[in-house]
Amino acid sequence: MSTPAMQPQVTPKTKPVVQKEDAMLLQKELINSNYHELANARALGKKVSATFVPGNLNELLMCFDFARSLPETNALQSGMRKKSGKFIMDAERDGHSEDVCTYVKTDLGMMLQGQVGPTGEPLPTPDVLLLSYTGCFTFMKWFELVRQKYDCETVMLHVPYQGDGHISASMRDYVVKQLKEKVIPTLEKVSGVKFDIDRLRQYMRESVKAEEDLVWTLQSAKHKPSPIDGYFGAVYYIGPIFTAFRGTPEATQFYRVLRGEIEQRIREGKGPLTPEGEMGEEKYRLVVEGPPNWTSFRDFWKMFYDEGAVVVASTYAKVGGVYDFGFRHDPDHPLESLAEYCLGCYTNLNFPQRIDMICKYMDEYQADGLLINSIKSCNSFSAGQLLILREVEKRTGKPAAFIESDLVDPRYFSAANIKNRLESYFQMIKQKRAAALH
Amino acid sequence: MTVQDVVGRCEALFEDLHFNAVKEWKAAVPGRKAIGYMPIYVPREIVHAAGMLPVGIFGGGDQMEVIQGDAYYQSYICRIPRSTLELGLTGRLDVLDGMLFPSICDVIRNLSGMWQILFKDKYVKYFDVPQNYDDSIGGEFYVREMQVMREDLGKLRGKPITDDELRASIAVYNENRRALRDLYAYRAAKPWQAPTSEVYLVLRAGCVLPPEEHTKLVRDYIAAADVEKRALRDNARVVLTGAFCEQPPLSLIKSIEMAGCYIVDDDFMLVMRWILDDVPAVGNPLEELSKAFLHRSASTSSKYDEKKSDKGQYLLKQVKTNAGEGVIFAAPSFCDPALLERPMLQEVLAKYKVPYTAFKYAENTGQMAPIREQAGTFADSIKLWSAA
Repeated sequence: MSTPAMQPQVTPKTKPVVQKEDAMLLQKELINSNYHELANARALGKKVSATFVPGNLNELLMCFDFARSLPETNALQSGMRKKSGKFIMDAERDGHSEDVCTYVKTDLGMMLQGQVGPTGEPLPTPDVLLLSYTGCFTFMKWFELVRQKYDCETVMLHVPYQGDGHISASMRDYVVKQLKEKVIPTLEKVSGVKFDIDRLRQYMRESVKAEEDLVWTLQSAKHKPSPIDGYFGAVYYIGPIFTAFRGTPEATQFYRVLRGEIEQRIREGKGPLTPEGEMGEEKYRLVVEGPPNWTSFRDFWKMFYDEGAVVVASTYAKVGGVYDFGFRHDPDHPLESLAEYCLGCYTNLNFPQRIDMICKYMDEYQADGLLINSIKSCNSFSAGQLLILREVEKRTGKPAAFIESDLVDPRYFSAANIKNRLESYFQMIKQKRAAALH
Repeated sequence: MTVQDVVGRCEALFEDLHFNAVKEWKAAVPGRKAIGYMPIYVPREIVHAAGMLPVGIFGGGDQMEVIQGDAYYQSYICRIPRSTLELGLTGRLDVLDGMLFPSICDVIRNLSGMWQILFKDKYVKYFDVPQNYDDSIGGEFYVREMQVMREDLGKLRGKPITDDELRASIAVYNENRRALRDLYAYRAAKPWQAPTSEVYLVLRAGCVLPPEEHTKLVRDYIAAADVEKRALRDNARVVLTGAFCEQPPLSLIKSIEMAGCYIVDDDFMLVMRWILDDVPAVGNPLEELSKAFLHRSASTSSKYDEKKSDKGQYLLKQVKTNAGEGVIFAAPSFCDPALLERPMLQEVLAKYKVPYTAFKYAENTGQMAPIREQAGTFADSIKLWSAA
């Protein structure tokens, strides 16, 4: 399954220096500090957990003092740093099918090469794999594969899918019961730390503050011009909260700084800041469905920048938690709230819910159209997206377009094809507008 | 009844993508309903207890041209959802009053929502099964899931499903499972008498026939096969695994056999053999179904293995109890569960020195020469090793 991320970091020599705001620098510091903590976990006597972004129980893991690794994030960071291609081919040579998820193969390839993380520091072998089975079937196989190699403790949290489009009491109870009777006892056993529910509540109080500011940030794109890019820019907005920082004061501070910067941009009537510089005139407002490509992230974003296209909302920015319809972690009902969080992640929603959400974004963010970036690796997102495209077009009357790439496999990013497709799409939007005026 | 009679009937049912057998069953008694289900497993007892016909939908095979279905999927998605959609969009599944989409992978999961959108007048249910195997955790959840389905189907027929009806259906399916266990045991003992190309068709007939009728057909086949005079060949005994969802074309099974392999166990249509022994037809029926699922069911890559040491044990047992000499990994292209599982299983087999080979297929694979060559080489290598 695909994941959130951090800021774009690939800066080929021929390209101009990336412009950064304070929040971007802060975000980079946070992410690097987590890699540093992981690299030094053994020396510091810390146990190490690994888990996934959708259904990431960060507050709970912090209750047991784990250093926290997110293999999806490791994979996408390797993609951004142009390391994933080799990892994937190494994994394929080791017997893994060319057909399956490239996040998994990047992770396994990284292991084959000695588990050196994206920042060049070594990543420790996890002491526990928390298999939060939220919205992606592949997760289960991924951690079984890691367990096969490292033989580490693995605990499954099965999160039922919202097949009927809602969270039932039965689903919630099932997740809570697993937390109480499986997950927490396992984490206690591995960490040697006794569970303290008040500590969990305290982390959740902190989470809520960051969640409020994250939602405000993402919804700032309702302004015209949008002060942010809700897809490319959002991947670094969601980085801290979707990874090892939700529930920490550092995350709260990051989102406060970010919010301040965006408020300033709104006051100044500015559009998003991109790696190429300030966005000029906002010509197109888009909603995007599907994760980005990481290996050519900056080139991909530039194709939008060049055309004056701003993404005002994306489903990908909800992959590690859907907060913009009111959900917040609830310190008064901590375990139930963790269950609801897991159950509510974007890819755990059924198709009618996903389509409703996109149509709502199209309306509320006054978008000109929908773009689907269909990812080869990620069936959870991708299987059936062509129906999403048709339904959204039918319901909104706005044009939709479809491009294909992959998360971290550079073999599946065809810049020329994607650029052509995007240019045609923007033409289509322009023609639709012109037709509407006549 | 001869083997040719039984197999001929099964073949006709297999090739009929208009589901006339289901139409005839419904037409025989006005008001009857049929509910489709996809791989891997649904508790068909609940559908049967509602007086409805459970109908296995295993894709469109290699005889159906997929046009509309392809318009919904990218090239990197497996074929079964396309052909299933094609069946639906061309009206071939109009005979069904509902569809069940079990928890197997992200593709089939998403297809459940697509079905809700495309076939609004039908009952559609994503059927979740637990990945936690404690009775008090996963079991309780599973019983509640089954209860929801029971209530839904009760509403659909206009009358709640009683415990007695469920117990009676459990007994019917126990009979069916017994017959299938006998069939599999017979094939393992005398694979030359019951080739898999026939056994497969007998199994597939169970997708469209009522279980009572299917049980009789299975028994008829065993009896008829046993009196046939068929030559014993010096073939390699193999277990085929990975084909639990999208089905290989029949010609692929025949090719493996023609290449010198006796398939002595497999994971085709696991729904019929998912539960490994009898489910008690007394007590609380849903709890009994749950216990059977949690503790006495087949293993496959869509199920979580709680411990590393569990990985591959079911496959090893298949090899051991059926005197298998090797394993063929036959997985559909782009099948995440099977393809991600494969390296782990191969590691276990290597540890136990069980030879294996692997290839991919699609339900409409047409070119069999490479499969025949690979399976033939594999069979030869087994025979050479065992002679050494």
